[in-house]
Amino acid sequence: MTIDTWTIIRKEWKEFIVQRGSLRGNTLSLIIIIGILGILPPLKAGSGWIVSPGVLILAVWGPFLLVSSVVPDSFAGERERHTLETLLATRLSDRAILFGKIFAAIGYGWGLTLIILLIGLVTVNLSSDSNSLLLYPVTISIAILMLSLLGAWLAAGVGVLISLRVPTVRHAHQVLTAVGMLLLLIPIIIALTLPKDLLGQFAKFNANKMAIIVIAVLIGLNIVLSIAATIRFKRPQLMLD
Amino acid sequence: MNPITIQTHNLTRDFKQLRAVDGLTIEVTQSAIFGLLGPNGAGKTTTIRLLLGLLEPTAGHAKVLGFDCHTQASGIRDRTGVLFEHSGLYERLSAEENLDFFGRIWHLSAGERRSRMKDLLYHFDLWDRRKEIVRTLSRGMRRKLAIARVLFHRPNLIFLDEPTSGLDPIASAALREDLRNLTESEGATVFLTTHNLAEAEQICTQVAVIRKGKLLAKGDPKDLANEGIALKVVIIGSNFGDNIPTLLGMNDEVVSVKVNENQLIVELNKNIEIAPLVNLIVNEGAQVEEVHKNRTSLEEAFLKLMAEENDYRHMDNN
Repeated sequence: MTIDTWTIIRKEWKEFIVQRGSLRGNTLSLIIIIGILGILPPLKAGSGWIVSPGVLILAVWGPFLLVSSVVPDSFAGERERHTLETLLATRLSDRAILFGKIFAAIGYGWGLTLIILLIGLVTVNLSSDSNSLLLYPVTISIAILMLSLLGAWLAAGVGVLISLRVPTVRHAHQVLTAVGMLLLLIPIIIALTLPKDLLGQFAKFNANKMAIIVIAVLIGLNIVLSIAATIRFKRPQLMLD
Repeated sequence: MNPITIQTHNLTRDFKQLRAVDGLTIEVTQSAIFGLLGPNGAGKTTTIRLLLGLLEPTAGHAKVLGFDCHTQASGIRDRTGVLFEHSGLYERLSAEENLDFFGRIWHLSAGERRSRMKDLLYHFDLWDRRKEIVRTLSRGMRRKLAIARVLFHRPNLIFLDEPTSGLDPIASAALREDLRNLTESEGATVFLTTHNLAEAEQICTQVAVIRKGKLLAKGDPKDLANEGIALKVVIIGSNFGDNIPTLLGMNDEVVSVKVNENQLIVELNKNIEIAPLVNLIVNEGAQVEEVHKNRTSLEEAFLKLMAEENDYRHMDNN
């Protein structure tokens, strides 16, 4: 199954790169995205960037947005372009196809986000007056690695389930964007509506413990979504779709 | 007798109220080119999907290459190549990348992939276009590439859904020749669906006709073409006396006899030897110059089957 999964990952990555037209055009748009997210915020924040909350927000939302842009095409797109049936008629198992696609999307979102954060670090070091090398603190580095991976995994899981239920890529993009907005807005709305004394209680919590709780919740959520996707991604069911 | 590659028994598939495949029982022998014929919506593609284990049957069962379609479908897909109505190619990837991907799926080594790709792309006249994105190729080229994809891993059984649709006559003839060679040299079995009855007659060694999921007829295409269809013999000459139609009419196989100036038109109810009839006419003093035996085509037989089925349904409804 490992070889089969890797075969799908390779094919997906090739397709992601040429997703919206030519290889040159797609590379250029990727460079622009990496440039905007990796250079502008660190330049604005200065040396404080390495400990700013913006890093963690980018670590979660970066992969979510990047994965959301490719997952609908990977699932609903295959069906729309009539390649899914041919793929299902091959010797590949349901799981090899599903996990190949999920891992490809996660690798894409996670990898690009880490590149963006690395470019941010280079930008901070180049623009800073400091003589010593500025690095993300160890705890933040671990949080970046974990949160970006879990953010990518979350988008892939949600994206798969949505893409399998809607008829077109466009529709899948719309629903996934709406879900993404909801996930972004819900914590803000909660923060704005909660009584101040309750918020004060939260503020007293240990940051590390909070991070562990968030990571645990995300892992749990991702496992549930992956199981749901595995149950849903079955040949007879896909043929009826 | 070759071993059986595909065997279905009472294979049935319902989609809610619609019965797409209705108690289909067929056998396809190894190295055969089997044609499943039927009008649009007859259940041809659903049958292929059932045989590949992509759909579960509502009733009945099927065995392909010795594997049960429902419980051992992965064994079937491991040994088959499939071309559905759509080419199934990744349009944003090049011809080469597409074949490489499918070669990797079947675990072909890098060397095997390279040599097979070269052989097939040269054979289908696509070698010079191998680096081009599939989207930029013509429809016919894409179809040829899709067929190359199907043959890439040398499957034991090949399913082709309307394989020559989109191909020019030269490419269609070449494909027919390829399929013949494949069955003869490699012992592969071909299961194809087509609307093109002339093509089926040329290439298929066995055919089955289905409509609304139901099997109407099966067998050798030539036998099927002659089965139950009046065969017309036109004899050109002179001196066709009045007693000739009477004498011919005494033969059980003669349906009707008409004399039309210098033509004698004899309708037979089956394909029999006509030399004795010609002898009889000559012995009665007729001068025979030419004899034309108009064989019915598979298309005529097909249309007759469809008409009979219509009449039957009509009677059934009344």
